[in-house]
Amino acid sequence: MERKIRVLLGKPGLDGHDRGILIVGHALRDAGMEVVYSGLKQTPEDLVEAALQEDVDVLVLSILSGAHLALIPRVMELLREREATDILVLLGGVIPPDDAGVMVREHGVAKVFGPGTDTRDIVAYISERKGSR
Amino acid sequence: MKESAVDLYKSLLEGDRRAAARLITMVENGDPESREVLRQLHRYSGKAHIIGLTGSPGSGKSTLARGLASHYRQEGLSVGIIAVDPTSAFTGGALLGDRIRMQELSADPGVFIRSMGSRGALGGLAVATNGVINILDAFGKDVIMVETVGAGQVEIEVVKFTHTCLVITMPGGGDEIQAIKAGILEIGDIFVVNKSDREGAPRTAADLEMMLETKPGYDGAAWKPPIISTVALEGEGVVELAAAINSHRQFLEESGKLEEKTIQRMKAEVREILSQKVGRAAEEALTSEGPGEELLRRMAAREIDPHTAADEIAGYLFKGTRD
Ligand SMILES: Nc1nc2c(ncn2[C@@H]2O[C@H](COP(=O)(O)OP(=O)(O)OP(=O)(O)O)[C@@H](O)[C@H]2O)c(=O)[nH]1
Ligand SMILES: [Mg+2]
Repeated sequence: MERKIRVLLGKPGLDGHDRGILIVGHALRDAGMEVVYSGLKQTPEDLVEAALQEDVDVLVLSILSGAHLALIPRVMELLREREATDILVLLGGVIPPDDAGVMVREHGVAKVFGPGTDTRDIVAYISERKGSR
Repeated sequence: MKESAVDLYKSLLEGDRRAAARLITMVENGDPESREVLRQLHRYSGKAHIIGLTGSPGSGKSTLARGLASHYRQEGLSVGIIAVDPTSAFTGGALLGDRIRMQELSADPGVFIRSMGSRGALGGLAVATNGVINILDAFGKDVIMVETVGAGQVEIEVVKFTHTCLVITMPGGGDEIQAIKAGILEIGDIFVVNKSDREGAPRTAADLEMMLETKPGYDGAAWKPPIISTVALEGEGVVELAAAINSHRQFLEESGKLEEKTIQRMKAEVREILSQKVGRAAEEALTSEGPGEELLRRMAAREIDPHTAADEIAGYLFKGTRD
């Protein structure tokens, strides 16, 4: 039996830049994961539905527009509604340190990765949390 | 079946999308429990019309699948889409990007989209894909589309036995048609010249027609594959394409070929499952616990030759399985 870690890359909100998240996607693919990318400007509803249909272990979100305060709580709420809190949610992009704490403590984001993060750290974190699935 | 598998199976029949997604993962992973679920589901499947979409990279397969899905939704039909992308042979990972073209479908609960990596294993993909098709079929999807890049044997194998196989081409430098391998010409029930907004589209369609007409057996064939021009990006030609698919379905039903195609698909599936089983048994027979070890030694000592050894092992493997 061959298990693979499945990841959905999500770009909620209106900013049109996916270079960063695609670099992460390539790193995860090179680490042997199956990475689904659904494109720019996704609503929280779109992303959660896609995460469920694709049965991913991890949802990696990138937000550069500063809209994380509105979008992330909604994503997390939908995941709870759909009883899908086993999906690990990682957040990247431009997130001020104070907000990062709030995202983790109050909304259930597993970890926030700042702009200069080495992709190897993200790979290692996911492998550690989901590798034994 | 373990409790969890039973639950998933029941939830699936009740229309739970998450259960469908979970079962698909089990099938992809070759989870032994999924086999029992598939056994149970088999009798609920067989209603969907299965459409294959194949063709060169970037020809517009995903965009067309989106267009067709919207069309079917307007007709009140539910849709499943399986989008296969290649798995990297080196890392085992895959970047699955077909969903990008299907964004507008994601809010519609009547559409279920699943991205799959081809995961290397030769023949294994066709078996896994058929499993996923059967899940979506039992899940009640009226139309199921399977997208693969028409590059390798493995990918072609997947769409070969769909009910209606679409081969998607696009205008491009004249080499485009030449690049369509003979194998892919054989499997197309309908040919599409997508990106017909681009220069050279009529030429591509004409070249394609010529290739089809010179195909052996074309003259007497009961079904002559039509060539449909589309601009998937604008939704142009999608209605015509859907009509052609409909005609093909009718042809299959009236000619009795629908059952024939289903049998072909299942035959390919059984053959693959069987050869995996036999392959594994053969490997086992050659380990130190099997009868192979002694035979290998006798072979090395030049007492018997490999064919004799293979015959003896085959006799051991199949003993009691005949008559
Ligand atoms: N000009 C033009 N572009 C199109 C048309 N249909 C699709 N495209 C574009 O062609 C590109 C590839 O389209 P896809 O639908 O992703 O093609 P695909 O065959 O699924 O691609 P792969 O899955 O990567 O092999 C995208 O940028 C589309 O927007 C069309 O009719 N005309
Ligand atoms: Mg595609």
